[in-house]
Amino acid sequence: MKERSFTKRLTSGLVPAIPYLWLGVFFLVPFLIVFKISLSDPAIAQPPYKPVFEWSDITGFFSALDVENFELLTQDDLYFRATLSSVRIAAISTILLLLVGFPIAYGMARAPERHRSLLVALVILPFWTSFLIRIYAWIAILKPEGLLTQALTGMGLISEPLDILNTEWAVYIGIVYAYLPFMVLPLYATLEKMDDTLLEAALDLGSTPWRSFWTITVPLAMPGIIAGSLLCFIPAVGEFVIPDLLGGSETLMIGRQLWSEFFSNRDWPLASAVAILLLIVLVLPIVIYRDVEARRMETRP
Amino acid sequence: MPPPSRQSASASVGAVRRAFAPWADPDAKPLIRFENVTKRFGEAVAVDHLTLDIFEGEFFCLLGPSGCGKTTLMRMLAGFEFPTEGVITLAGQSLEGVPPYRRPVNMMFQSYALFPHMSVEKNIAFGLRQDGLPKSEILDRVGEMLRLVQLEKLAKRYPSQLSGGQRQRVALARALAKRPKVLLLDEPLGALDKKLREETQFELMDIQHELGMTFVVVTHDQEEAMTMADRIAVMDHGRIVQVATPGEIYEQPKTRFIAEFVGDVNILEGHVQGQENGLWHVKSPSAEMPLTIDDPDEVLHSGQAVAIAVRPEKMVVQREKPGPEAVNVLTGEVWDIGYLGDWTVYRIRLETGEILRVSCANVSRFVESPIDWDEQVYVTFAPGAAVILAE
Repeated sequence: MKERSFTKRLTSGLVPAIPYLWLGVFFLVPFLIVFKISLSDPAIAQPPYKPVFEWSDITGFFSALDVENFELLTQDDLYFRATLSSVRIAAISTILLLLVGFPIAYGMARAPERHRSLLVALVILPFWTSFLIRIYAWIAILKPEGLLTQALTGMGLISEPLDILNTEWAVYIGIVYAYLPFMVLPLYATLEKMDDTLLEAALDLGSTPWRSFWTITVPLAMPGIIAGSLLCFIPAVGEFVIPDLLGGSETLMIGRQLWSEFFSNRDWPLASAVAILLLIVLVLPIVIYRDVEARRMETRP
Repeated sequence: MPPPSRQSASASVGAVRRAFAPWADPDAKPLIRFENVTKRFGEAVAVDHLTLDIFEGEFFCLLGPSGCGKTTLMRMLAGFEFPTEGVITLAGQSLEGVPPYRRPVNMMFQSYALFPHMSVEKNIAFGLRQDGLPKSEILDRVGEMLRLVQLEKLAKRYPSQLSGGQRQRVALARALAKRPKVLLLDEPLGALDKKLREETQFELMDIQHELGMTFVVVTHDQEEAMTMADRIAVMDHGRIVQVATPGEIYEQPKTRFIAEFVGDVNILEGHVQGQENGLWHVKSPSAEMPLTIDDPDEVLHSGQAVAIAVRPEKMVVQREKPGPEAVNVLTGEVWDIGYLGDWTVYRIRLETGEILRVSCANVSRFVESPIDWDEQVYVTFAPGAAVILAE
């Protein structure tokens, strides 16, 4: 009896601790290491920064840390422009994703019930192929002599080859293509739960279908819209592969900046500072979302 | 106490006398007219060549078992479905191709369909805002509706914070706010418990009377229909079987289906022997002597197979053998007794094996030597208490 209550207490104490344990080992500890590196100075050594932590000289270690790298980030406007450009590209991509994803999710939620699980499976299907390979495939489609140009000239719509690859447009296409499931699935989840009679009630009360969509469907789909937008916006800000492969050298994004600081310049401390900056930029929308959600819950339990 | 043997000229059907009866006036123009309307969903026929008039100011009930087409009929009126054949007119104008948002008809949904992201006020104001009314007028009208359904204190609440009864009132207020020509109510009381349902029935009647609006109610609950309606249309398999006042539906059912669907009934089968002094004689295996039935409107011929329908409360159960002059005497034994407080229900088993249901109002608190289980008893009913239904 006593033993059972002990195991019970153990499990009831441990189960909620699992996420904290995971986050502690795989997020908090690495974050603290990165944060520490961001306060260090670059060095031609292994590892390529100093000071390196040593028990024998703790005061010396702490006195060697400074915020020089963060100062540099504010002085050189490259990082500011890269952040701004990333946020802009991610925001435009998220809007495009909403425009493309909403009709898809809406159509799925309206499909006959027996087709729905198949449609969900099809939306996830691209994940079966590596993300990297799918982005490479887009190069073949978008390049000047690629499939898109061939198709459009074949139809007689254009005479000149399209110059999309290595522009921001290619980045938008890549992000919308790659992130679509992350937008569609949360939208579908909320739209599927929506009661159709609400729309009938709106029509009955004199609201046209178009107005009913904006006054009933969109507000009720808001949790899905917000969840899908965050799921797309946050990784899109830090995206590296898509701008690198499709965006050409002109496209400025903070993820690429981080990569070049780290690998090209071997300036780990500065790269770490950029990573911290990126984290701050991304935490902000999450905090805002949580605040909005909490206030909504307050007025409507 | 000899029961009245014939209907007198001043007698009205059922206990309620109605001054409002536009359907009896041949010159009255109906507000809503279904003309030979058919609705098919693929192969299935939901509404089958149906013709029906509903008049202004009527409280009209569509009554029938589930799947009889009553909901489809209402949805065609609201504009969510369109007839496959036939025409529906409202105030003389065809509704063909008119979408729901352009019809002067509002509906109260069975599930209430309240907008969960809007407060009570906003829900009620929704329809008014679509009409682009000035803000002050919307405010006035919402206030008026809140008073009508007694929800002034809950104006700022959200639907999730309301009880079932309160939600029902919000749904009603929202549907009434635009002052539609016709209010459609789809099982309006279905989700309420029995006590609340009874109270709300009378409230709905008061509101309808106060606003002078035409109400069309869909229900499967015959008690609800009987209480509220001016007229009831009983539907079965996409057709209307009878349209009449509740009294007529109950006391003069046209078919066996109606007699059995509305209220309880005892059915005795038999064959017509003939007519004498306006009274029909019917030979039934259930009774020793031919039954005498006063149903002058029926046109029957000798030898015709008929069913005789008698309501349980119109039969009398007694221990003493009735005198030789008594008509319509059945003999049997008490099979079951159910004491309901206001009524006592006896189930009497006849010699033929049929079980009759006889109910008796408990008018006094104490009964001297009440009828007991397994007792030999006589059941009688007056000639005017029974209805002949042609088979």
